[in-house]
Amino acid sequence: MSITEILFFFLSALAIFSAIMVLVSRNPVHSVLWLIAVFFAISGHYILLNAQFLAIVNLIVYAGAIMVLFLFVIMLMNLNKESERNKHVWMKLAGAVSGGCFLMVLVSLVRQAKDFQEKTALMGTGDIGLIKNLGKALFSDFVVPFEISSVLFLSAMVGAVVIGKKE
Amino acid sequence: MSKLVYLVPLFPLIGFLINGLGRKALSKSMISIVGCGVMLASFVVSLLIFFDVKEHGATVVNLFSFIKAYSFQIPFAFQVDQLSSLFLLIITGIGFLIHLYSAAYMHEEEEQHFGRYFAYLNLFVFSMLLLVLGSNYVIMFIGWEGVGLCSYLLIGYWFKNDQYNYAAKKAFVMNRIGDLGFLLAVFWLLFKLGTVSYGEVFASVDKLSAFDITAITLLLFVGAMGKSAQLPLYTWLPDAMAGPTPVSALIHAATMVTAGIYMIARSNILYTLAPVSQTVVSIVGLATAIFAATIALKQNDIKKVLAYSTVSQLGYMFLGLGVGAYTGAVFHVMTHAFFKALLFLGAGSVIHAMHHEQDIRKMGGLKKHMPITHITFLLACLAIAGIPPFSGFFSKDEILMAAYNSNPLYYYVGLGGALMTAFYMFRLYTMTFLGSFRGTHEQEHHLHESPSAMTIPLIVLAVLSVVGGFVGIPEVFATDAHSLEHFLAPIFAESTKLAHAHHLTHTQEYIMMGVSTALIIGIILFAVSKFKKATSEETQSSGISKLLENKWYVDEIYDAIIVKPLHAFSGFLKNIIEKSGIDGAVNGVGKLVGYGSRQLRLLQSGQVGNYLLIMVMIMIVFVLIWFNDLSIMNFLKKIF
Amino acid sequence: MPIQYYIYLSLALFSIGIIGVLTRRNAIIVFMCIELMLNAVNLLLVAFSKMHHGIALATDPATTAGIDGQLFVFFIMVVAAAEVSVGLAIIVMMYRNVHSVDINFLNRLKN
Repeated sequence: MSITEILFFFLSALAIFSAIMVLVSRNPVHSVLWLIAVFFAISGHYILLNAQFLAIVNLIVYAGAIMVLFLFVIMLMNLNKESERNKHVWMKLAGAVSGGCFLMVLVSLVRQAKDFQEKTALMGTGDIGLIKNLGKALFSDFVVPFEISSVLFLSAMVGAVVIGKKE
Repeated sequence: MSKLVYLVPLFPLIGFLINGLGRKALSKSMISIVGCGVMLASFVVSLLIFFDVKEHGATVVNLFSFIKAYSFQIPFAFQVDQLSSLFLLIITGIGFLIHLYSAAYMHEEEEQHFGRYFAYLNLFVFSMLLLVLGSNYVIMFIGWEGVGLCSYLLIGYWFKNDQYNYAAKKAFVMNRIGDLGFLLAVFWLLFKLGTVSYGEVFASVDKLSAFDITAITLLLFVGAMGKSAQLPLYTWLPDAMAGPTPVSALIHAATMVTAGIYMIARSNILYTLAPVSQTVVSIVGLATAIFAATIALKQNDIKKVLAYSTVSQLGYMFLGLGVGAYTGAVFHVMTHAFFKALLFLGAGSVIHAMHHEQDIRKMGGLKKHMPITHITFLLACLAIAGIPPFSGFFSKDEILMAAYNSNPLYYYVGLGGALMTAFYMFRLYTMTFLGSFRGTHEQEHHLHESPSAMTIPLIVLAVLSVVGGFVGIPEVFATDAHSLEHFLAPIFAESTKLAHAHHLTHTQEYIMMGVSTALIIGIILFAVSKFKKATSEETQSSGISKLLENKWYVDEIYDAIIVKPLHAFSGFLKNIIEKSGIDGAVNGVGKLVGYGSRQLRLLQSGQVGNYLLIMVMIMIVFVLIWFNDLSIMNFLKKIF
Repeated sequence: MPIQYYIYLSLALFSIGIIGVLTRRNAIIVFMCIELMLNAVNLLLVAFSKMHHGIALATDPATTAGIDGQLFVFFIMVVAAAEVSVGLAIIVMMYRNVHSVDINFLNRLKN
């Protein structure tokens, strides 16, 4: 078993475990911390796939900015106590069962899909994930969506300010 | 002259418009002058037309096209011939007298209602003239419906009384049943011949099959049954006495109820060609004559007696039509118009004097208080009873002789009816005018002869009742003396040709006349002596007389077999079919939707979690449906 | 690495996100689960991008095939960032009004 495979399985296990921990933690702050762990694991996957730019951006934007925002809000509201009332147990069960069914159905779908047989993802090599190549594509082919996304940011900022403002 | 025939109905129409529109503005005297004046003018024109027709024969006056569609045409045209001109005279003449009488009789009414009364009366005369003058069945139908409407309006003239309104409605509904028959007959004619004009129909009668003719004539007779109050549709006529007495005289004795006879006499060719219909007509007529006469024997309301008498006399007319004595029937229409109008007007005079008391058990001895009324009433009774040489004798005799020619049984039954007629008429006369007064003292104190506006029509009609018969003296007394028959001959020419007449010998006729006259006189004397000492005490009657007093329970029978089941059926439709069937279906759909919505609404819990759960479940289902692959199922089976 | 492994991993993360959304009532946790689902999709996109790139590379050494997959991830992050800023503002707003972040309080539209 190569080092890449070992890393893959380790990161996968870490991601799934952390994700489950996000779910089961009673304390929202712990959830946020476990979610950050998930993001780190996913960034690890990105590096394995030689998508360095996305790995860094994922860490900076998600694990850094967004999760800090989450933490900030949680602490602002003082939600670190066990303030959440339990959902009805049947609702929980129904949610878990339907989520499980969803997983099962999709897994079985993938298992028998001919398209995915004998296909592999290129590990470690390939340079499309480098900043240079991505930047070229982004500022040539995708320049219009890129500019539009700046407008989206602006409107999101305005929206957040308007919503969050006290009357 | 015949060109001016449109004036005859035009005058009453103008009167109707003036009185109807100006009833609140005009004074009572103005209204009476307008009402009577238009009738007089109409009568004068009718008289001129009558003599014109006598001189120059029949014409058809085309006024304008009423309905026109491609080749199909119904002209608005007037038939001016012997039959219609005779009816014109009866209608306008008696109409004028009754208008005059009404002016005095209805004087107590308020001005507005007085105007309404004369407007209705004028409208009635207009419709009746249209009925008689129309040169096709459609125009006749217009008049037919018009008189029905006016009859309804006038029966319910005192509309504040519920009973009277019911009577009006009853008359209207009964007439409707008949009208349906008439209408179907007209449609049938249109369907088969494409025309309804008398001339064209009678000319092309050989194009019709025997079945068609029989069906058409029977349907027409259904119409006549309704309008002329024959069994089984007669019950409206006695109830129609709810209207003012002059209305009863004009509409329910002299004119409107004879519309059926006019119609059959007009269509005589059709009837002559349909022996089955003739038999039906004569049997229904005879049955009605007897049936109504038996009821009249025990009635105590002065107007009810006259009403049943009218029904009975109409039955005689139909008997005459049925046995082919069209002239006799028309003759009887004329004489009956005289004496029955006179009887009703006389009754009105009595009721007027008695302050609206109509029960003959509370009258008596009016002879000395009301001499003119008494004399004229007596003459009318003699005329209707059939005492020679009064008018009723000749006309009734003519019908009965014709009946004997057709079937002797008709004659004997008819004679029985005539004896009953004599009995109940003289019972009425005796209880009203002879003996001693049985009413209250107050009533006796106020007894008085009616004003001259009321007595003059009585006198005129009395004269007509006495001498009216001389236009139709039978052949046994004088050859070619039957001037009416000669006058009307062109109308019935075709039928006379077809009918195979076999005449009685003169000796036979003399014997029959003598026997019937003797019997009638005997009955009259019996009735007078029996009722002279009548008391006002209510006697408990039993058996057949109770049956007669209650009019054979016909109203009750109709109520039980037609009205009640109809009500029950309607109730069933309303409560069961409508409520649980139709409403149930409609409401059921609504309720189902409502119920479904309420159940579905539970899904809309407003809880985001539930929505998401449902969303995920549906995603699973969609995936399963879209990738409906056995391998997925197999895999799932392997897992579970 | 076989692409199926990545698919299974993404599906697992995505399903965990779904289960989280369905079972938790805390709006912030639900939000985080949505982020988790987005990240699962991102991972899958990158994996597919590399898969296509690998296939294309066999014929053309200078190809940039599959680069749009990674750019999609980039744009998803942009949108996610915008969404998070607005969404958290809404949650703050909600907390200010009902003093709770329970999503079952967000049923005002029903009445």
